[in-house]
Amino acid sequence: MKNIRLIARLDVKGPNLIKGVNLEGLRKIGDPNLFAKKYYEQGIDEIIYMDIVASLYNRNNLLDIVRQTTQDIFIPITVGGGVRSVDDVKEALRAGADKVAINTAAIKRPSLVFEVSQRFGSQCMVLSIEAKKVSDGKWEAYYDNGREHTGVDAVEWAKKGCELGAGEILLTSVDMEGTAKGFDYELVKAVSASVPIPVIASGGMGIIDDFEKVIKEASADAVAMAHVLHYGKMTLEDIREEATKRGIKVRDHDNV
Amino acid sequence: MSRVTVIDYGVGNLLSVSRAFEYYEADVLLTDSPDEIANAERLILPGVGAFADGMAGLRIRALVKPIKDFAATGRPFLGICLGMQMMLEVGEEFGTHEGLGLIPGRVVAIPPTGANRQSHKIPHIGWNELRKPIPETSWDDTILEGIHEGMSTYFVHSFTAVPTSDEYRLADCFYNGRKVSAIIRRGNLYGCQFHPEKSGNVGLRIIENFLQLLVE
Repeated sequence: MKNIRLIARLDVKGPNLIKGVNLEGLRKIGDPNLFAKKYYEQGIDEIIYMDIVASLYNRNNLLDIVRQTTQDIFIPITVGGGVRSVDDVKEALRAGADKVAINTAAIKRPSLVFEVSQRFGSQCMVLSIEAKKVSDGKWEAYYDNGREHTGVDAVEWAKKGCELGAGEILLTSVDMEGTAKGFDYELVKAVSASVPIPVIASGGMGIIDDFEKVIKEASADAVAMAHVLHYGKMTLEDIREEATKRGIKVRDHDNV
Repeated sequence: MSRVTVIDYGVGNLLSVSRAFEYYEADVLLTDSPDEIANAERLILPGVGAFADGMAGLRIRALVKPIKDFAATGRPFLGICLGMQMMLEVGEEFGTHEGLGLIPGRVVAIPPTGANRQSHKIPHIGWNELRKPIPETSWDDTILEGIHEGMSTYFVHSFTAVPTSDEYRLADCFYNGRKVSAIIRRGNLYGCQFHPEKSGNVGLRIIENFLQLLVE
């Protein structure tokens, strides 16, 4: 069995770490760098930074935060929000990011996924999908933080993104995000079964049972956590310990 | 202060690699100059992407010979990810391509199924545990000094190095039961399939150890 990746998702607006419900109703939580540092020291596997207003206002001031973070944090960092072009990806990598997560710009111009994966490798290209349930077994891809709908079927979009060269899928349920009421398991399962690349489940983790279920029943390869970590509901140590008890393999936090 | 020369050949993200060495106060030089490479004290070949593209990037800058010349001096060399794969003789990604040939062997695709014959996700992305290829393998006086079996590093790759002899394997890992070369070694020439610069404390220790390898 392979290790399930534990990922901290930090949604950022301006200089602040924020958290919302259903990607709206934003609340300031603090300095993103301090949170990132804390999670790194506790042994998080990766960090995702999302500038959640970048695509709305056409700006991106997240890279300053990334530059600072990557001075002394040596784990993979993904940057998303407002990445619109190959040049934007280059800038993000120059700031210290390892991967970019792209949603809006990829929906508007799918060939961007191909261009980014050709230029920087698939491992760099994370396709971010914000999915909202429309009926049983059917989800639609959204953008601009779940505000704009596309008419695109989320599962079909995942398959297409994969064919275009995406190396991973960051799958956020607009319905469950920030609710701490569990993931959209059917969604994660449907996407994970449709693509050969890893799927990161995002949106809804409240308790450890949610974590267990999204891995065992929905076949997630990685779990992005926000609320549960930012509000100190669980520490990474708690999560690792509980995961191990439940037969889920996670990385030991090695000190050398 | 150790001097580290990082080969800048148009592939990959050199910032993280530089920062990890600078964390240990190494003096880092990014260069594509054949002279600076051949005369480096410690040489790093980073890289992500496809084997053929990486080799083309080296060839177009006339860096193959300087790298081989450097390797022949016995000074410390570290290939990372694609940089490690290019140390082998042949790469089988999108056709068959000649590598640097610093270590005998080939680079082949990770099997599309796990040892249980079930299909698994490729690329292999994530943290995986380092294992000794044979029980007698010693990690003392290598870049794994102080690191124990079972400690994890961060991998992201679809192809894996297969040296001709186990003597060139310093550490392996297992992806759904499939053996993957984690570190290959021949004297002071090291190659890490994983990213030490992205592998937290364990990766930093490897960087630190590399800086402490004796320069002959």
